[in-house]
Amino acid sequence: MTALALEAVPRLKPGVRRRYDAARGQHILLAPERVLVLDDIANAVLEKLDGATAIDALCAALAKQYETEVETVQADVLELLADLRDKGMITA
Amino acid sequence: MTTHPPPMALLAELTHRCPLQCPYCSNPLELLKANAERDTDFWKAVMDEAAALGVLQIHFSGGEPTLRRDLPELVAHASKVGLYTNLITSAVLLDEAKLRILAEAGLDHVQVSIQGADAQSADRIAAYEGAHAKKLEVARLVPQLGMALTLNAVVHRQNLNRLDEIINLAVELGAGRLEVAHVQYHGWALANRAALIPDEAALARADAIVAERREALRGQLVIDYVLPDLHADLPKTCMDGWGSRFINIAPDGRVLPCHAADSIPGMSFERAGERELGAIWDASDAFQRFRGTEWMQEPCRSCDRRDVDFGGCRCQALALVGDATATDPVCHRSPHHARIREAALAEAAAPPPDFRYRRP
Repeated sequence: MTALALEAVPRLKPGVRRRYDAARGQHILLAPERVLVLDDIANAVLEKLDGATAIDALCAALAKQYETEVETVQADVLELLADLRDKGMITA
Repeated sequence: MTTHPPPMALLAELTHRCPLQCPYCSNPLELLKANAERDTDFWKAVMDEAAALGVLQIHFSGGEPTLRRDLPELVAHASKVGLYTNLITSAVLLDEAKLRILAEAGLDHVQVSIQGADAQSADRIAAYEGAHAKKLEVARLVPQLGMALTLNAVVHRQNLNRLDEIINLAVELGAGRLEVAHVQYHGWALANRAALIPDEAALARADAIVAERREALRGQLVIDYVLPDLHADLPKTCMDGWGSRFINIAPDGRVLPCHAADSIPGMSFERAGERELGAIWDASDAFQRFRGTEWMQEPCRSCDRRDVDFGGCRCQALALVGDATATDPVCHRSPHHARIREAALAEAAAPPPDFRYRRP
């Protein structure tokens, strides 16, 4: 897994959609032949992917929102996004 | 709400009609005619019910689903009720204008089949001249129109030697996902087994190529690899368990636990629209028959993998052993395993016979 740069701008790939699954009470990511269940943190991160915001700005916003250290947020977000990239869900 | 966890995906077999004649076709030997097909309103009502039940993805399949003129209307409806929409197509009847209409209707994902790496051999396998070139032309447009593209290659002894080129093709066309699926010997495919089944050396080479390319293309191309059954010692978890995740509706509206389930004699299937879909899923005889582990006999019943693979594939047990409640003979614990594996590998060692096509 190669690391992502903080300046990278992540976005969902075409054909990947985030939605709420009311029948099971969970947030999910839908992709070709895949359903990925998102925990609250992953959902909060993906909510902020607008195709314009870079990872560092995204992390700053999350750190403020959850009142945590930006370094901690960055480590978690970079790991999550790299994993989603390797699964073919996002580009960055 | 259903008693059993609700289905995740609906396979909507809109039609059995298809212009191609792939010798490994997984559809039944006897295909349903156009006059048995259900209308637009039927499928819309099915989608309403499915979405309310908790289905997340719909796969428009067939046959060739683009033969249905109401396909854009069906896609638009699926999209409206929140379903993730996937079109499983040979692509030979599509063009840019039709694809654009489907994209505008909300289609998320297009899965285009290819029969090989080059036009000459691929068109021979599909028994359709010009198919390969047309497929490439259409597939290339899919990502350009903002949809996800999967390339689906069914592999066997007559195209496996060019697997590397098939993978290159997926990259070149801009696919995000490639499915390399060894033939599953159901339906028409069983009649062509000797012409299709690879030997163990060819299979090992393919395994190695997939492992290597998957690593090299990580983040660019997802490669899903479906292994062949008959070379294995442990069965697949067919359908992720009977009545566990998938619901299949045949062109005539019958609701099936898997698309091959009507090969099992003595099964009866209820029709959507005649009873609530949730009730059919929960309580119909067809869905209850092989759900869980209660139906099992030995060696499955006391096996520590009974909740892992659920005894493998029921249709395969029937086709190869003559008993749908038997252990899938792919399993090394089946008393039929050695004999069936040997017979399959003997076919792989002999020269391939000619293909048997549906319309000779």
